[in-house]
Amino acid sequence: MQTALQFGPVLVHLDLLLRGLEKTIQLAALSILFGTLIGILGAVGRSFGPRFLSWLIACYVELIRNTPLLIQLYFVFFSLPLFGFKLSSNTAAIVALSIHLGAYATEILRAGIEAIPEGQIEAAKSLGLSRYRIIRHVVLVPAARAVYPSLSAQFILQIMGTSIVGAIAAEELTAVANNLVMQTFRSFEVYIVIALIYFVLVQAASLLFAGIGKLMFRWKV
Amino acid sequence: MSLRDFGPNELMFLLLATRWTVLLALVGFAGGGLIGLIVAAIRVAPARPLRWLAAAYIQFFMGTPILIQLFMAYYGSSLLGYRPDPWVAAAVTFSLNGGAFFGEIFRGAIEAIPKGQWEASTALGFRFVRTLRLVIIPQAVRLMLPPTVGFMVQIVKTTSIASLIGLTELARAATQVNTVTFQPVMVFGTVSLIYFALCWPLSLYAGYLERRFASGTTLKIEAPLAVSAV
Repeated sequence: MQTALQFGPVLVHLDLLLRGLEKTIQLAALSILFGTLIGILGAVGRSFGPRFLSWLIACYVELIRNTPLLIQLYFVFFSLPLFGFKLSSNTAAIVALSIHLGAYATEILRAGIEAIPEGQIEAAKSLGLSRYRIIRHVVLVPAARAVYPSLSAQFILQIMGTSIVGAIAAEELTAVANNLVMQTFRSFEVYIVIALIYFVLVQAASLLFAGIGKLMFRWKV
Repeated sequence: MSLRDFGPNELMFLLLATRWTVLLALVGFAGGGLIGLIVAAIRVAPARPLRWLAAAYIQFFMGTPILIQLFMAYYGSSLLGYRPDPWVAAAVTFSLNGGAFFGEIFRGAIEAIPKGQWEASTALGFRFVRTLRLVIIPQAVRLMLPPTVGFMVQIVKTTSIASLIGLTELARAATQVNTVTFQPVMVFGTVSLIYFALCWPLSLYAGYLERRFASGTTLKIEAPLAVSAV
Protein backbone atom coordinates (compact mmCIF):
# COMPACT_ATOMS: atom_id res chain seq x y z
CA MET A 1 0.00 0.00 0.00
CA GLN A 2 1.24 3.41 -0.97
CA THR A 3 0.46 6.02 1.64
CA ALA A 4 2.37 9.05 0.39
CA LEU A 5 0.24 11.55 -1.48
CA GLN A 6 1.42 12.15 -5.04
CA PHE A 7 -0.10 15.09 -6.82
CA GLY A 8 2.21 14.91 -9.85
CA PRO A 9 0.15 12.38 -11.85
CA VAL A 10 -2.96 14.47 -11.22
CA LEU A 11 -1.56 17.88 -12.04
CA VAL A 12 -0.25 16.62 -15.40
CA HIS A 13 -3.87 16.59 -16.47
CA LEU A 14 -4.45 20.20 -15.56
CA ASP A 15 -5.87 20.90 -19.03
CA LEU A 16 -8.61 18.31 -18.47
CA LEU A 17 -9.40 19.78 -15.08
CA LEU A 18 -9.66 23.26 -16.54
CA ARG A 19 -11.99 22.05 -19.28
CA GLY A 20 -14.13 20.41 -16.60
CA LEU A 21 -14.13 23.65 -14.65
CA GLU A 22 -15.25 25.51 -17.76
CA LYS A 23 -18.17 23.08 -18.21
CA THR A 24 -19.11 23.44 -14.55
CA ILE A 25 -19.13 27.22 -14.82
CA GLN A 26 -21.21 26.97 -17.98
CA LEU A 27 -23.77 24.66 -16.33
CA ALA A 28 -23.94 26.88 -13.27
CA ALA A 29 -24.20 30.14 -15.20
CA LEU A 30 -26.92 28.94 -17.59
CA SER A 31 -28.97 27.25 -14.89
CA ILE A 32 -28.69 30.30 -12.63
CA LEU A 33 -29.86 32.50 -15.51
CA PHE A 34 -32.84 30.30 -16.42
CA GLY A 35 -33.60 29.45 -12.81
CA THR A 36 -33.78 33.13 -11.89
CA LEU A 37 -36.07 33.81 -14.84
CA ILE A 38 -38.35 30.98 -13.70
CA GLY A 39 -38.15 32.42 -10.19
CA ILE A 40 -39.21 35.91 -11.29
CA LEU A 41 -42.13 34.62 -13.36
CA GLY A 42 -43.05 32.13 -10.63
CA ALA A 43 -43.01 34.69 -7.84
CA VAL A 44 -45.09 37.20 -9.84
CA GLY A 45 -47.54 34.49 -10.85
CA ARG A 46 -47.75 33.23 -7.30
CA SER A 47 -48.42 36.66 -5.83
CA PHE A 48 -50.48 38.35 -8.55
CA GLY A 49 -51.77 35.57 -10.78
CA PRO A 50 -55.23 34.01 -10.74
CA ARG A 51 -55.87 31.63 -7.88
CA PHE A 52 -55.46 28.46 -9.93
CA LEU A 53 -52.10 29.57 -11.34
CA SER A 54 -50.95 30.60 -7.89
CA TRP A 55 -51.88 27.17 -6.54
CA LEU A 56 -50.13 25.43 -9.42
CA ILE A 57 -46.92 27.37 -8.77
CA ALA A 58 -47.16 26.55 -5.07
CA CYS A 59 -47.36 22.83 -5.97
CA TYR A 60 -44.32 23.15 -8.23
CA VAL A 61 -42.33 24.86 -5.49
CA GLU A 62 -43.26 22.34 -2.80
CA LEU A 63 -42.68 19.34 -5.05
CA ILE A 64 -39.22 20.48 -6.13
CA ARG A 65 -38.13 21.63 -2.69
CA ASN A 66 -39.10 18.33 -1.09
CA THR A 67 -37.44 15.92 -3.52
CA PRO A 68 -33.72 15.40 -4.22
CA LEU A 69 -32.05 17.11 -7.16
CA LEU A 70 -30.64 13.73 -8.20
CA ILE A 71 -34.14 12.30 -8.71
CA GLN A 72 -35.20 15.41 -10.64
CA LEU A 73 -32.14 14.94 -12.80
CA TYR A 74 -32.95 11.27 -13.49
CA PHE A 75 -36.56 12.17 -14.19
CA VAL A 76 -35.65 14.76 -16.80
CA PHE A 77 -32.90 12.67 -18.34
CA PHE A 78 -34.84 9.41 -18.67
CA SER A 79 -38.41 10.67 -19.17
CA LEU A 80 -38.15 13.53 -21.65
CA PRO A 81 -36.89 11.30 -24.51
CA LEU A 82 -40.11 9.29 -24.18
CA PHE A 83 -42.07 12.45 -25.01
CA GLY A 84 -39.94 13.11 -28.06
CA PHE A 85 -37.37 15.48 -26.55
CA LYS A 86 -33.96 14.05 -27.34
CA LEU A 87 -31.61 15.83 -24.97
CA SER A 88 -27.89 15.51 -24.54
CA SER A 89 -26.68 14.86 -20.99
CA ASN A 90 -25.58 18.43 -20.53
CA THR A 91 -28.84 19.88 -21.86
CA ALA A 92 -30.83 17.58 -19.58
CA ALA A 93 -28.64 18.72 -16.71
CA ILE A 94 -29.28 22.39 -17.48
CA VAL A 95 -33.03 21.74 -17.70
CA ALA A 96 -33.11 19.89 -14.38
CA LEU A 97 -30.85 22.39 -12.61
CA SER A 98 -32.93 25.33 -13.89
CA ILE A 99 -36.20 23.75 -12.77
CA HIS A 100 -34.59 23.03 -9.41
CA LEU A 101 -33.28 26.54 -8.84
CA GLY A 102 -36.49 28.01 -10.24
CA ALA A 103 -38.47 26.61 -7.31
CA TYR A 104 -36.09 28.02 -4.71
CA ALA A 105 -35.86 31.38 -6.49
CA THR A 106 -39.67 31.55 -6.66
CA GLU A 107 -39.94 30.96 -2.93
CA ILE A 108 -37.19 33.46 -2.04
CA LEU A 109 -38.58 36.21 -4.31
CA ARG A 110 -42.12 35.57 -3.09
CA ALA A 111 -40.96 36.19 0.48
CA GLY A 112 -39.49 39.48 -0.72
CA ILE A 113 -42.69 40.44 -2.54
CA GLU A 114 -44.81 39.69 0.51
CA ALA A 115 -42.65 42.00 2.59
CA ILE A 116 -43.49 44.98 0.35
CA PRO A 117 -45.93 47.19 2.27
CA GLU A 118 -49.40 47.32 0.71
CA GLY A 119 -49.26 51.11 0.90
CA GLN A 120 -46.46 51.26 -1.66
CA ILE A 121 -48.59 49.49 -4.23
CA GLU A 122 -51.60 51.68 -3.40
CA ALA A 123 -49.44 54.78 -3.74
CA ALA A 124 -48.21 53.59 -7.14
CA LYS A 125 -51.80 52.93 -8.22
CA SER A 126 -52.94 56.37 -7.17
CA LEU A 127 -50.07 57.83 -9.20
CA GLY A 128 -51.57 56.09 -12.20
CA LEU A 129 -48.75 53.66 -12.91
CA SER A 130 -49.67 50.75 -15.14
CA ARG A 131 -49.93 47.26 -13.65
CA TYR A 132 -46.74 46.19 -15.42
CA ARG A 133 -44.79 49.15 -14.10
CA ILE A 134 -46.09 48.64 -10.58
CA ILE A 135 -45.06 45.01 -10.58
CA ARG A 136 -41.70 45.78 -12.11
CA HIS A 137 -40.57 48.95 -10.37
CA VAL A 138 -42.55 49.07 -7.15
CA VAL A 139 -42.68 45.38 -6.29
CA LEU A 140 -40.01 43.30 -8.03
CA VAL A 141 -36.94 45.50 -7.79
CA PRO A 142 -37.29 46.38 -4.09
CA ALA A 143 -38.20 42.74 -3.36
CA ALA A 144 -35.15 41.45 -5.25
CA ARG A 145 -32.99 43.95 -3.42
CA ALA A 146 -34.29 42.80 -0.04
CA VAL A 147 -33.76 39.09 -0.71
CA TYR A 148 -30.58 39.37 -2.76
CA PRO A 149 -28.38 37.87 0.01
CA SER A 150 -30.55 34.73 0.23
CA LEU A 151 -30.73 34.56 -3.53
CA SER A 152 -26.96 34.69 -3.98
CA ALA A 153 -26.51 32.07 -1.23
CA GLN A 154 -28.85 29.88 -3.25
CA PHE A 155 -26.74 30.53 -6.37
CA ILE A 156 -23.65 29.35 -4.51
CA LEU A 157 -25.45 26.16 -3.52
CA GLN A 158 -26.45 25.76 -7.15
CA ILE A 159 -22.80 25.90 -8.23
CA MET A 160 -21.98 23.09 -5.81
CA GLY A 161 -25.12 21.23 -6.87
CA THR A 162 -23.80 20.95 -10.44
CA SER A 163 -21.32 18.39 -9.09
CA ILE A 164 -23.92 15.63 -9.16
CA VAL A 165 -24.84 15.87 -12.85
CA GLY A 166 -22.00 13.48 -13.63
CA ALA A 167 -24.56 10.85 -12.56
CA ILE A 168 -26.25 11.19 -15.96
CA ALA A 169 -22.89 11.25 -17.76
CA ALA A 170 -22.90 15.02 -18.21
CA GLU A 171 -19.49 16.61 -18.56
CA GLU A 172 -18.30 18.78 -15.68
CA LEU A 173 -15.57 19.00 -13.09
CA THR A 174 -16.62 16.06 -10.91
CA ALA A 175 -17.08 13.81 -13.93
CA VAL A 176 -13.60 14.76 -15.11
CA ALA A 177 -12.35 13.87 -11.63
CA ASN A 178 -13.97 10.45 -11.78
CA ASN A 179 -12.33 9.78 -15.14
CA LEU A 180 -8.98 10.92 -13.80
CA VAL A 181 -9.33 8.53 -10.87
CA MET A 182 -9.69 5.66 -13.29
CA GLN A 183 -6.69 6.82 -15.31
CA THR A 184 -4.29 7.63 -12.52
CA PHE A 185 -5.58 5.53 -9.59
CA ARG A 186 -4.76 8.54 -7.42
CA SER A 187 -8.31 8.89 -6.12
CA PHE A 188 -7.68 10.83 -2.94
CA GLU A 189 -5.26 13.26 -4.55
CA VAL A 190 -7.68 13.89 -7.40
CA TYR A 191 -10.53 14.71 -5.04
CA ILE A 192 -8.33 16.97 -2.91
CA VAL A 193 -7.41 18.95 -6.02
CA ILE A 194 -11.05 19.05 -7.14
CA ALA A 195 -12.22 20.14 -3.69
CA LEU A 196 -9.69 22.95 -3.83
CA ILE A 197 -10.88 24.04 -7.28
CA TYR A 198 -14.51 24.07 -6.12
CA PHE A 199 -13.52 25.99 -3.02
CA VAL A 200 -11.77 28.69 -5.04
CA LEU A 201 -14.69 28.77 -7.49
CA VAL A 202 -17.20 29.21 -4.68
CA GLN A 203 -15.17 32.00 -3.04
CA ALA A 204 -14.76 33.76 -6.39
CA ALA A 205 -18.47 33.42 -7.08
CA SER A 206 -19.32 34.87 -3.65
CA LEU A 207 -17.20 37.92 -4.43
CA LEU A 208 -18.75 38.19 -7.90
CA PHE A 209 -22.32 38.02 -6.55
CA ALA A 210 -21.50 40.59 -3.88
CA GLY A 211 -20.10 42.87 -6.59
CA ILE A 212 -23.11 42.38 -8.84
CA GLY A 213 -25.38 43.14 -5.89
CA LYS A 214 -23.54 46.38 -5.21
CA LEU A 215 -23.78 47.43 -8.85
CA MET A 216 -27.43 46.48 -9.32
CA PHE A 217 -28.79 47.85 -6.08
CA ARG A 218 -26.54 50.81 -5.43
CA TRP A 219 -29.15 53.53 -5.06
CA LYS A 220 -30.62 54.42 -1.70
CA VAL A 221 -34.04 53.11 -0.75
CA MET B 1 -38.43 -3.54 -24.70
CA SER B 2 -38.40 -3.98 -21.01
CA LEU B 3 -37.57 -7.03 -18.92
CA ARG B 4 -40.58 -6.53 -16.72
CA ASP B 5 -43.27 -4.07 -15.78
CA PHE B 6 -43.47 -1.78 -12.81
CA GLY B 7 -45.74 -3.69 -10.44
CA PRO B 8 -46.29 -4.31 -6.73
CA ASN B 9 -42.97 -6.14 -6.44
CA GLU B 10 -41.06 -3.17 -7.78
CA LEU B 11 -42.97 -0.83 -5.49
CA MET B 12 -42.13 -3.07 -2.55
CA PHE B 13 -38.47 -3.04 -3.56
CA LEU B 14 -38.49 0.76 -3.54
CA LEU B 15 -40.30 0.95 -0.21
CA LEU B 16 -37.84 -1.47 1.36
CA ALA B 17 -34.93 0.59 0.04
CA THR B 18 -36.50 3.60 1.75
CA ARG B 19 -35.46 2.03 5.06
CA TRP B 20 -31.83 2.76 4.25
CA THR B 21 -32.61 6.31 3.22
CA VAL B 22 -34.34 6.88 6.55
CA LEU B 23 -31.59 5.17 8.53
CA LEU B 24 -28.89 7.14 6.76
CA ALA B 25 -30.78 10.39 7.38
CA LEU B 26 -31.13 9.53 11.08
CA VAL B 27 -27.41 8.78 11.34
CA GLY B 28 -26.60 12.06 9.60
CA PHE B 29 -28.98 13.95 11.85
CA ALA B 30 -27.66 12.46 15.07
CA GLY B 31 -24.00 12.72 14.10
CA GLY B 32 -24.41 16.14 12.54
CA GLY B 33 -26.38 17.47 15.47
CA LEU B 34 -23.79 16.32 17.97
CA ILE B 35 -20.85 17.68 15.97
CA GLY B 36 -22.79 20.87 15.28
CA LEU B 37 -23.32 21.47 18.97
CA ILE B 38 -19.60 21.10 19.67
CA VAL B 39 -18.64 23.25 16.67
CA ALA B 40 -21.09 25.98 17.68
CA ALA B 41 -19.77 25.96 21.25
CA ILE B 42 -16.20 26.28 19.96
CA ARG B 43 -17.23 29.06 17.57
CA VAL B 44 -18.40 31.21 20.50
CA ALA B 45 -15.66 30.05 22.88
CA PRO B 46 -13.17 32.54 24.34
CA ALA B 47 -10.11 30.75 22.87
CA ARG B 48 -9.33 32.40 19.54
CA PRO B 49 -7.25 29.61 17.85
CA LEU B 50 -10.08 27.16 18.52
CA ARG B 51 -12.57 29.56 16.95
CA TRP B 52 -10.45 29.79 13.82
CA LEU B 53 -10.17 26.03 13.62
CA ALA B 54 -13.95 25.66 13.81
CA ALA B 55 -14.39 28.41 11.23
CA ALA B 56 -12.01 26.63 8.84
CA TYR B 57 -13.93 23.38 9.34
CA ILE B 58 -17.19 25.13 8.48
CA GLN B 59 -15.64 26.90 5.50
CA PHE B 60 -14.41 23.64 4.04
CA PHE B 61 -17.64 21.71 4.48
CA MET B 62 -19.90 24.55 3.33
CA GLY B 63 -17.58 25.67 0.53
CA THR B 64 -17.12 22.39 -1.34
CA PRO B 65 -19.75 20.06 -2.82
CA ILE B 66 -20.85 17.29 -0.48
CA LEU B 67 -20.39 14.79 -3.30
CA ILE B 68 -16.65 15.55 -3.36
CA GLN B 69 -16.55 15.19 0.42
CA LEU B 70 -18.26 11.84 0.05
CA PHE B 71 -15.76 10.67 -2.56
CA MET B 72 -12.89 11.85 -0.36
CA ALA B 73 -14.23 9.88 2.60
CA TYR B 74 -14.84 6.83 0.44
CA TYR B 75 -11.48 6.73 -1.31
CA GLY B 76 -9.55 8.30 1.55
CA SER B 77 -10.41 5.38 3.80
CA SER B 78 -8.26 3.08 1.68
CA LEU B 79 -5.43 5.58 2.06
CA LEU B 80 -5.68 5.09 5.81
CA GLY B 81 -5.56 1.34 5.27
CA TYR B 82 -9.26 0.54 5.63
CA ARG B 83 -11.43 -1.18 3.07
CA PRO B 84 -13.72 1.43 1.48
CA ASP B 85 -17.21 0.92 2.83
CA PRO B 86 -20.07 3.00 1.42
CA TRP B 87 -21.98 2.99 4.69
CA VAL B 88 -19.05 4.18 6.79
CA ALA B 89 -18.11 6.81 4.20
CA ALA B 90 -21.69 8.06 3.95
CA ALA B 91 -22.22 8.13 7.72
CA VAL B 92 -18.96 10.00 8.27
CA THR B 93 -19.60 12.48 5.44
CA PHE B 94 -23.18 13.28 6.37
CA SER B 95 -22.21 13.70 10.02
CA LEU B 96 -19.28 16.00 9.29
CA ASN B 97 -21.15 17.98 6.64
CA GLY B 98 -24.26 18.21 8.80
CA GLY B 99 -22.03 19.27 11.68
CA ALA B 100 -20.89 22.32 9.73
CA PHE B 101 -24.43 23.41 8.81
CA PHE B 102 -25.86 22.66 12.25
CA GLY B 103 -22.87 24.46 13.75
CA GLU B 104 -23.80 27.61 11.83
CA ILE B 105 -27.48 27.28 12.70
CA PHE B 106 -26.74 26.82 16.40
CA ARG B 107 -24.16 29.59 16.45
CA GLY B 108 -26.66 32.00 14.88
CA ALA B 109 -29.17 31.15 17.58
CA ILE B 110 -26.60 31.43 20.39
CA GLU B 111 -25.38 34.80 19.16
CA ALA B 112 -28.93 36.10 19.02
CA ILE B 113 -29.15 35.84 22.81
CA PRO B 114 -28.34 39.26 24.33
CA LYS B 115 -24.84 39.84 25.75
CA GLY B 116 -26.34 40.74 29.12
CA GLN B 117 -27.20 37.08 29.70
CA TRP B 118 -23.51 36.16 29.43
CA GLU B 119 -22.51 39.01 31.69
CA ALA B 120 -25.12 38.11 34.28
CA SER B 121 -23.91 34.51 34.30
CA THR B 122 -20.31 35.63 34.69
CA ALA B 123 -21.40 37.83 37.57
CA LEU B 124 -23.01 34.77 39.16
CA GLY B 125 -19.72 32.91 38.83
CA PHE B 126 -20.62 30.64 35.92
CA ARG B 127 -17.83 29.60 33.58
CA PHE B 128 -18.20 29.24 29.82
CA VAL B 129 -19.59 25.72 29.52
CA ARG B 130 -22.09 26.12 32.36
CA THR B 131 -23.27 29.47 31.02
CA LEU B 132 -23.82 27.91 27.63
CA ARG B 133 -25.54 24.82 29.00
CA LEU B 134 -27.71 26.37 31.69
CA VAL B 135 -28.37 29.91 30.51
CA ILE B 136 -27.81 30.43 26.80
CA ILE B 137 -28.85 27.20 25.07
CA PRO B 138 -32.19 26.84 26.89
CA GLN B 139 -33.12 30.27 25.52
CA ALA B 140 -31.61 29.64 22.10
CA VAL B 141 -33.49 26.38 21.51
CA ARG B 142 -36.66 28.08 20.30
CA LEU B 143 -34.56 29.97 17.74
CA MET B 144 -32.58 26.97 16.53
CA LEU B 145 -35.46 24.52 16.36
CA PRO B 146 -37.17 25.71 13.13
CA PRO B 147 -34.00 25.81 10.98
CA THR B 148 -32.89 22.50 12.51
CA VAL B 149 -36.07 20.77 11.40
CA GLY B 150 -35.71 22.53 8.05
CA PHE B 151 -32.22 21.16 7.66
CA MET B 152 -33.50 17.63 8.35
CA VAL B 153 -35.31 17.92 5.02
CA GLN B 154 -31.98 18.68 3.38
CA ILE B 155 -30.38 15.66 5.02
CA VAL B 156 -33.10 13.33 3.76
CA LYS B 157 -32.68 14.68 0.22
CA THR B 158 -28.90 14.64 0.36
CA THR B 159 -28.79 10.95 1.31
CA SER B 160 -29.69 10.34 -2.35
CA ILE B 161 -26.11 11.04 -3.42
CA ALA B 162 -24.89 8.07 -1.36
CA SER B 163 -26.20 6.06 -4.32
CA LEU B 164 -23.25 7.41 -6.31
CA ILE B 165 -20.76 5.48 -4.17
CA GLY B 166 -22.86 2.35 -4.49
CA LEU B 167 -24.98 2.43 -1.36
CA THR B 168 -28.34 0.86 -2.19
CA GLU B 169 -30.83 3.33 -0.79
CA LEU B 170 -33.91 4.75 -2.45
CA ALA B 171 -32.23 6.63 -5.32
CA ARG B 172 -30.06 3.68 -6.30
CA ALA B 173 -32.98 1.29 -6.02
CA ALA B 174 -34.81 3.65 -8.37
CA THR B 175 -32.10 3.49 -11.03
CA GLN B 176 -32.02 -0.29 -10.69
CA VAL B 177 -35.77 -0.61 -11.15
CA ASN B 178 -35.62 1.85 -14.03
CA THR B 179 -32.98 -0.26 -15.74
CA VAL B 180 -35.14 -3.40 -15.75
CA THR B 181 -38.56 -1.84 -16.36
CA PHE B 182 -37.60 1.20 -18.38
CA GLN B 183 -40.64 3.10 -17.20
CA PRO B 184 -38.85 6.23 -15.97
CA VAL B 185 -41.97 8.35 -15.49
CA MET B 186 -43.51 5.68 -13.29
CA VAL B 187 -40.34 4.81 -11.41
CA PHE B 188 -39.00 8.29 -10.72
CA GLY B 189 -42.50 9.63 -10.19
CA THR B 190 -43.06 7.04 -7.47
CA VAL B 191 -39.67 7.69 -5.93
CA SER B 192 -40.32 11.44 -5.96
CA LEU B 193 -43.56 10.80 -4.09
CA ILE B 194 -41.75 8.67 -1.49
CA TYR B 195 -39.17 11.40 -0.91
CA PHE B 196 -41.96 13.95 -0.84
CA ALA B 197 -43.83 11.92 1.77
CA LEU B 198 -40.68 11.90 3.93
CA CYS B 199 -39.78 15.56 3.46
CA TRP B 200 -43.03 17.48 3.23
CA PRO B 201 -44.24 16.82 6.78
CA LEU B 202 -40.85 17.99 8.03
CA SER B 203 -41.07 21.12 5.87
CA LEU B 204 -44.56 21.88 7.15
CA TYR B 205 -43.46 21.31 10.73
CA ALA B 206 -40.47 23.62 10.27
CA GLY B 207 -42.77 26.31 8.90
CA TYR B 208 -45.17 25.83 11.80
CA LEU B 209 -42.36 26.08 14.36
CA GLU B 210 -41.06 29.22 12.69
CA ARG B 211 -44.43 30.94 12.83
CA ARG B 212 -45.06 29.78 16.38
CA PHE B 213 -41.72 30.87 17.78
CA ALA B 214 -41.62 34.09 15.78
CA SER B 215 -44.60 35.37 17.71
CA GLY B 216 -43.79 36.20 21.28
CA THR B 217 -40.12 37.00 20.81
CA THR B 218 -38.12 39.87 19.42
CA LEU B 219 -34.99 37.76 19.15
CA LYS B 220 -33.94 36.86 15.63
CA ILE B 221 -31.15 34.89 14.03
CA GLU B 222 -28.92 37.44 12.30
CA ALA B 223 -28.66 35.93 8.82
CA PRO B 224 -30.78 32.82 8.28
CA LEU B 225 -28.74 30.72 5.89
CA ALA B 226 -30.14 29.22 2.74
CA VAL B 227 -29.71 25.48 2.73
CA SER B 228 -30.44 23.32 -0.26
CA ALA B 229 -27.27 21.43 -1.24
CA VAL B 230 -28.61 18.78 -3.61
